[in-house]
Amino acid sequence: MSTAPAIVAQGLTRRFGSVVAVDHVDLTIPRTQIYGFLGPNGSGKSTAIRMLCGLLVPTSGQVDVLDHQMPRDAERMRAKLGYMTQKFSLWDDLTVIENLQFMARIFGFGSRERTARIAELTREYDLGSIATQRAVTLSGGQKQRLALAAATLHRPELLLLDEPTSAVDPQSRRDFWESLFRLVTQGTTILVSTHFMDEAERCHGLAILDRGHLVAEGAPQQLIRDIPAIVVEIEAADTVGARRALDGDPAVLSIAQLGTRLHALVDPATPTADARLRGLLEQAGVAAQVEIVRASLEDVFVAATGFRTAATSPPPQ
Amino acid sequence: MLNRIAAVTIKELHQLSRDRLTFGMIIGIPLMQMLLFGYAINFDVRGLPGAVVDAAQTSGSRALIGDLQASGVVRLLAPSPSVPDLRRRMDTGEIQIGVVIPADFERRRLQHDRAAVQLLVDGSEPMTDMVARALAATPPPARQGMQALRTETFAVRTAYNPERRTAVQIVPALIGVILNMTMVIFTSAAIVRERERGNFELLITTPVRSWELMVGKLLPYVFIGLLQTTLVLIVGAWLFDVPINGSLGDLYLAAALFIAAALTLGLLISTITRTQFQAFQLAFVTMLPSILLSGFVFPFDGMPTAVRWLAQVLPLTHFVEMIRGIVLRGAALHDLGWQAAKLGIFLVAALALTMLRFRKRLD
Ligand SMILES: Nc1ncnc2c1ncn2[C@@H]1O[C@H](COP(=O)(O)OP(=O)(O)O)[C@@H](O)[C@H]1O
Ligand SMILES: [Mg+2]
Repeated sequence: MSTAPAIVAQGLTRRFGSVVAVDHVDLTIPRTQIYGFLGPNGSGKSTAIRMLCGLLVPTSGQVDVLDHQMPRDAERMRAKLGYMTQKFSLWDDLTVIENLQFMARIFGFGSRERTARIAELTREYDLGSIATQRAVTLSGGQKQRLALAAATLHRPELLLLDEPTSAVDPQSRRDFWESLFRLVTQGTTILVSTHFMDEAERCHGLAILDRGHLVAEGAPQQLIRDIPAIVVEIEAADTVGARRALDGDPAVLSIAQLGTRLHALVDPATPTADARLRGLLEQAGVAAQVEIVRASLEDVFVAATGFRTAATSPPPQ
Repeated sequence: MLNRIAAVTIKELHQLSRDRLTFGMIIGIPLMQMLLFGYAINFDVRGLPGAVVDAAQTSGSRALIGDLQASGVVRLLAPSPSVPDLRRRMDTGEIQIGVVIPADFERRRLQHDRAAVQLLVDGSEPMTDMVARALAATPPPARQGMQALRTETFAVRTAYNPERRTAVQIVPALIGVILNMTMVIFTSAAIVRERERGNFELLITTPVRSWELMVGKLLPYVFIGLLQTTLVLIVGAWLFDVPINGSLGDLYLAAALFIAAALTLGLLISTITRTQFQAFQLAFVTMLPSILLSGFVFPFDGMPTAVRWLAQVLPLTHFVEMIRGIVLRGAALHDLGWQAAKLGIFLVAALALTMLRFRKRLD
């Protein structure tokens, strides 16, 4: 197998009328890894994935997928790509088995191979008990397992998964990720989009997208280490008061609430950031525990998307 | 390749077998149309209530009245003493046709300068009007005499349909109308439905080629179309005694060609619309002119040139000609080569346009 990157994109751009869904994105995605697209709704994740599998033509820019230029070579690449759409796109009025049989036939499996492969997938994705059920009657988790089985049926080299876990309970999400890691050890490259931080953290590499821009890229731990801010955690009974006390301070770039705690991202140039905030809180008469903590991916995300309040600041990178 | 076509066809069949509405339409539309056109819409003008004012009272005039009576077109009620009385009876709706034989009937018949007989027609009933005009128009009675009036007038349509029954004319052409309706409706939704439900995005990431997808989707409907053809023929023979004078093989070949053309038209609609509703509307838009202009209802020869050209574009026009030829005149397919060729041209052009419109892309 080639060691060249699975996906290389340069200046990838797609407009829909006046909307720039994906704006000059450069990407290099290595093989046999799980690579994540993290971004809120409308950040361009689906559009980017659709361009990668040749369903949308880029307005400008270049994409190479498994050493083939997209969308020019899209048809030749079909057998090597597996794609799981954001919305369930198998046939509601077919049964689980009929859906898989259709996919197997369309990918050219002969009748014996087909039976064997479907039996294998049925076991792997625990579809046995629902085999003769119509897809429309399945739960979110069952639909997702069926969709993943269908997307991996032809053993693609590259698997593109568009928000595969958004309609799924936590247990199914864990099982799903187990399956993904199993696929990676078998040599598959996986690109997965998500807006869940915990999922993003499991990826080998991560691209954070915001309004079509690639605003940060790297391994999750790397991104956490390199966050361009000091993260100060404030634990206070009166979180509203604490927030009011810190809002407006020029060193505080953003404040986000996590349960009973607040995370303040503070300008990295600030000396003794914790002492400064402690002082501000005391002045306002808010009792609080203040300490500098390691950033979470959520903090990275907030920092990468321009600290929310500072929408005009240029994306760091 | 065959694998992939089979995959699509099997999928369609599975889906069809669960789609009760479509299944119902496959059988329901032909039956409904048969009954509607066969019974309810009766173009046979028989037994129109009429009355005569016979001012001549000659043996010639009595013979004319006898002939009218015998034709079955007019059911003569009690004669009227005068023209005003005749008009009154028409105003009340008692009669729809009035025949006035003037006192100088015999002289007019010989002199050839004025009409020998006057027909009064209730113009509010379109069919009555049409038939009565036909009675009067060919040929001018004063010129060729009453015998001619009778034979010529009623001879117009008798050649292959001696009893002039509408069903015999309507039922074969109805095969075309039914196929045109169901085939276009079914396939016009074919691609759009998958687009609407989101299946399209998955489908286009599989190795299936555009034409394989098209063929795979159409195949089940070809069989359904042939099934409907059979249904109409059986019901036609059973309920309306419609004979099949030509060869069944020719008939099915012609039907298959037309089915392919109609299906392709549906597919073309499917590729230029975005929702099933739009597709249905567009299918309907093509249906109405097909039914009205194809010669199914109105004789093709009576249409203005521009309309006739438009009718040439519609596949139903050619099929109606072919099927009437085969079923009623006993013509063979090779006698109808020109019509078959025109259907073929439509098929190829529509297919080319469909392929041009269809992209395995989302944009
Ligand atoms: N087919 C389309 N036509 C018009 N606008 C679109 C289309 N697809 C996506 N967009 C727009 O592009 C932006 C990015 O959308 P999308 O790629 O779906 O984001 P995400 O998947 O991250 O939620 C959104 O503003 C969306 O409205
Ligand atoms: Mg999306």
